[in-house]
Amino acid sequence: MYQILKKQKLNPFVTLMEVKAKDVAKNAKPGQFIILRVDEKGERIPLTIADTDIERESVTIIYQIVGLTTKKLDKLNEGDYLLDFVGPLGKPTDISLLKDVLVIGGGVGSAICLPVVKALKLQGSKVDVILGFRSMDLVILEDEFLKYSNNLLIVTNDGSYGKKGLVTDYLSLYLDKKKYDQVFTVGPLIMMKSVCEITKKYGQKTIVSMNPIMIDGTGMCGGCRITVGNEFKFACVDGPDFDGHLVDFDEAIYRNKMYQEIEREKDCRLLKNE
Amino acid sequence: MNRRVEMRVLDPEIRIKSFQEVALGYLPDEAKLEAERCLECKNALCIKGCPVGIDIPSFIKQIKEGNLKEAYKIITKQNKFPGICGRVCPQETQCESKCIRGKKGEPIAIGRLERFVSDNVEIDEEELPTIQYEKVAIIGSGPAGLACSGELAKLGYEVHMFEALHVAGGVLTYGIPEFRLPKRIVKKEIDLLEKMGVQIHLNTIIGKTKTISDLFNEGFKAIFIGTGAGLPKFMGIPGENLNGVYSANEFLTRLNLMKAYNEEYDTPIRKMKRVIVVGGGNVAMDAARCAKRLNVEDVTIVYRRSEKEMPARLEEIHNAKEEGINFSFLTNPIRIIADENFNVKEVECIRMELVDTGNGRAKPVEVPNSNFFLPADTVIMAIGNHPNPLISSTTQDLKVNDHGCFIVDDNLMTSMENVYAGGDAVTGAATVILAFSAGKKAALSIHKKLRGINE
Repeated sequence: MYQILKKQKLNPFVTLMEVKAKDVAKNAKPGQFIILRVDEKGERIPLTIADTDIERESVTIIYQIVGLTTKKLDKLNEGDYLLDFVGPLGKPTDISLLKDVLVIGGGVGSAICLPVVKALKLQGSKVDVILGFRSMDLVILEDEFLKYSNNLLIVTNDGSYGKKGLVTDYLSLYLDKKKYDQVFTVGPLIMMKSVCEITKKYGQKTIVSMNPIMIDGTGMCGGCRITVGNEFKFACVDGPDFDGHLVDFDEAIYRNKMYQEIEREKDCRLLKNE
Repeated sequence: MNRRVEMRVLDPEIRIKSFQEVALGYLPDEAKLEAERCLECKNALCIKGCPVGIDIPSFIKQIKEGNLKEAYKIITKQNKFPGICGRVCPQETQCESKCIRGKKGEPIAIGRLERFVSDNVEIDEEELPTIQYEKVAIIGSGPAGLACSGELAKLGYEVHMFEALHVAGGVLTYGIPEFRLPKRIVKKEIDLLEKMGVQIHLNTIIGKTKTISDLFNEGFKAIFIGTGAGLPKFMGIPGENLNGVYSANEFLTRLNLMKAYNEEYDTPIRKMKRVIVVGGGNVAMDAARCAKRLNVEDVTIVYRRSEKEMPARLEEIHNAKEEGINFSFLTNPIRIIADENFNVKEVECIRMELVDTGNGRAKPVEVPNSNFFLPADTVIMAIGNHPNPLISSTTQDLKVNDHGCFIVDDNLMTSMENVYAGGDAVTGAATVILAFSAGKKAALSIHKKLRGINE
């Protein structure tokens, strides 16, 4: 059992949770993820590690309430326990040789970018950050990104905060000025796809972090398979980071919808039981 | 006397509506009657057919005399898990294939008798071992790990077993379905290990949560790797990433481990009407029979060789047929075709013929221009597994062969001092009994090494 040490709402749909998990905390690196199960009848879901604290023996996750499991998860409070919490899974994001990086986060994907931005800053790299949200009330982690980036641009779709529009509306302004060692982007699949289409035109190397449906996270189920440059990859063990110019996003978008209909039915049941 | 005593099974009509165990086992009278058929051969060939050399005629003799405790003792000298092996061993290619009775009729039903003993014996409370030796780590709680743990605990070691998933048992838990191997049987064995002092650490992935060197730093003196072969193979044909294509591992894990067949559990499984399962082994049978139990009308097993060559247990093929599963032999999928929403719509197949290559197993080759289409909304790939590279890729000194299997010496020690491996992780996908046997062998090697015993 894994105790929840802290729970904090970052916006109406996104929550931060610090969970006690000593061994995971000790070995986790930026870009890796965990798999958790809320209760005995729950499913296993992957969530990216947002932070770790070795002294507190804790791992921080940030999740958006999107389906049945995140809804159940959000019902738990500080002091409660998660049934299962396993990791760190996947390969860490490789930042060792990077000196100048542009990071683009979308919505809750921004949370996944934060540990990478932090690690880059700590190794002395320059980091520009663009974050996109639907509106002002959904903006998260602004202070943290201000602290660890050299330059932060926030974009909201409705213009209620920062610049108005989509992150991709501003991307070219950055790429026109210079070539980065790497662009790193995490967000909705459709956003990552659009970012990659633009960076490809510039010949700008771009890494994306994929978060497909999976069960075990160790390569056993094969449910997380994606196509990368006509090759077959398991996101859980070969990724989650991949060369964004080689990822078949259309396929990934379809695969992520595999259980949408069933999820909706199960959701209704949860509501009925309440 | 030429025919074996039939074993009671659940009626096919009833069993396809539940995940209850199909084979019901012998009643005491039936077991005795079947045991009476045994000729107690002096030079018993059945023993040679058993991968672990159980003294089969002797345990059967004890059944004849109604002495189950003694029978159990004889079996467990070689195999600690008769309840599991009696259910999942391919007896018809092992012990039963050598039985002299089989020459003129049906061989003795050794597997059924083994299971009968395990299910009906009352085990005396054994004296629990006291820990007197070092800490040993067991990686993986499947058949190899269970056997290794039990043996080492009995010898007096402090045994810690590490499991990646949230339940112990490995393939016995996530892979083999409830209707073939009830989870209570597996749990009974695991509970027994815990009672013997084995500490089980769930949710711990060695290679990720901790590494091999972490374990040595924590004071473990020897390590056994029994991580099995759990990485699913795919065919490499177009359309395998479509929605509706599962690896058998994923399909079975969703059902067995995550209980997707039970509405109360959150894990989803697709709604299916027409399922194609590719493969001819036990896993293919398991997947097909699971699909049938989800109220799927049309389940077809597609296999590239003929029925004769199918590696599945005879009993499972028989059960699958009884349950209304269709078979398309000498057939191989070459392409999976999508509907407009990226879902599986049909599978293009080609006919195969068997060509004798002169060196054993006939080779299937495509019959030109024999393509045809099978409608399907779900395709399950049950064509085998590779060993998982999680540990080998994070442990430089551990040597593996071209198939990703650990390279071990005669004592099952790997290229790293005091790190042992056994079961599917060494041999590639094989049987439960061979993994049990390897786990036990590794335990004895570890004991000799740590105690400095020379042969």
